[in-house]
Amino acid sequence: MISMNKVSKHYGAFQVLTDCTTHVNKGEVVVVCGPSGSGKSTLIKCVNGLEPFQGGQITVNGVSVGDPKTNLSKLRAQVGMVFQNFELFPHMTIIENLTVAQIKVLGRDQHEAEAKGMQLLDRVGLKVQALKYPGQLSGGQQQRVAIARALAMDPICMLFDEPTSALDPEMINEVLDVMTELAQEGMTMMCVTHEMGFAKRVAHRVIFMDVGHIVEDDSKEAFFANPRSERAQQFLAKILHH
Amino acid sequence: MGYHWNWGVFLQPSATGDDTYLGWMLYGFKMTIGLSLSAWIMALILGAVIGVLRTVPNKVLSGFAMGYVELFRNIPLLVQLFLWYFVLPELLPPSLGNAFKQSNPIVQQFLASMLCLGLFTSARVAEQVRSGINSLPPGQKNASLAIGFTLSQTYRYVMLPMAFRLVVPPLTSEFLNIFKNSAVCSTIGLLELAAQGRQLVDYTAQPYESFIAVTVAYMLINVVVMFGMRWVEAHVRVPGYIGGK
Repeated sequence: MISMNKVSKHYGAFQVLTDCTTHVNKGEVVVVCGPSGSGKSTLIKCVNGLEPFQGGQITVNGVSVGDPKTNLSKLRAQVGMVFQNFELFPHMTIIENLTVAQIKVLGRDQHEAEAKGMQLLDRVGLKVQALKYPGQLSGGQQQRVAIARALAMDPICMLFDEPTSALDPEMINEVLDVMTELAQEGMTMMCVTHEMGFAKRVAHRVIFMDVGHIVEDDSKEAFFANPRSERAQQFLAKILHH
Repeated sequence: MGYHWNWGVFLQPSATGDDTYLGWMLYGFKMTIGLSLSAWIMALILGAVIGVLRTVPNKVLSGFAMGYVELFRNIPLLVQLFLWYFVLPELLPPSLGNAFKQSNPIVQQFLASMLCLGLFTSARVAEQVRSGINSLPPGQKNASLAIGFTLSQTYRYVMLPMAFRLVVPPLTSEFLNIFKNSAVCSTIGLLELAAQGRQLVDYTAQPYESFIAVTVAYMLINVVVMFGMRWVEAHVRVPGYIGGK
């Protein structure tokens, strides 16, 4: 589904990503973790071309992301993405947030888009909030709407960029629950997160990054039981015992 | 002070005999409003386009927009007016230049004034629009692109609706300025409010009444604009957003 081959990126002389290679198969849930500044957010933004990269190739469902001839908008419409700061459109109601791209990008009619939107809102438990504005919802609710907004496009895979990092602790679980459910339904997911509990429960594989390199890329069992690199051992020790 | 107040002067027949002095003032009042509103519409449309161009990734387009802004905001308004009115007709192809010079003088003055005020203000509106776009959280653009919108759809549906809301207060100032700046156009003979005030002084020797009337008329315009823009501001307010309810 998602395939990266020796992806490299630099800002001027500063190397952000170096030779990152990995694959995400259909239905697989891959958690990307690592210390801040390790390039994990940048890596995931390369997948749908939000961040350009200078070296290597990324293909999503067989389409090359770095190819200038690729219609990136069309590709992105098939790849759902959820951001750390939700990024709902503040001037639209919740239901408008869920329908605008369905109508303008996929060409669905208003009625069909609304039906789909309401069904997804129901699924994330926010049907009653449909006519409110994002600013009137809590962070956890906004993030659930953001997930529903991405799902409304019927994506072939989902990217999550630290979806719970901006949330108060008591709201993290409501978002993780939605993500867990999604994973159990077989959605292909690539997820940057520090939630190691979620990784242990849901992930098939864990990628550990440090200073722009993919240091470990292993099944979750192997990663948690026996991280090979010293850097990953230190990271796990810190994050699991805080 | 030996000044002889005479508010009745406005009801006296004017020197030309076909109107009262109040009629002169009303003519100037209407001219000021007509000129300023048409220049404002021009400034809003051009300013929005140029402001957007200043923020696009394409270097040629953003460079052009930057040149435009610097050109129109760095030449004094009065000099721009003289350029449009006196110099441009000479630079046009002779047929076009002559057509302009032979047209009704009021049309000449109005067109030159509208172009001048409209373009000058558009550069300022463009800067407000640009600052509005740049003050949006960067993640908004990413989220919009990520959902499959093209860059132009991202501007149209996501960035501009919020950017314009953010810049309503500074745009109100620009809107007020355009009415005040329109007084400059009296220098090329356009009979707008300030010019009519001066004419009244010449004909009636009642400067206090004339300029008090002019002042009140400008204040009236600006009070209406201010309340109008306040209504706009309240009307487009986003619930739950900063500055919202």
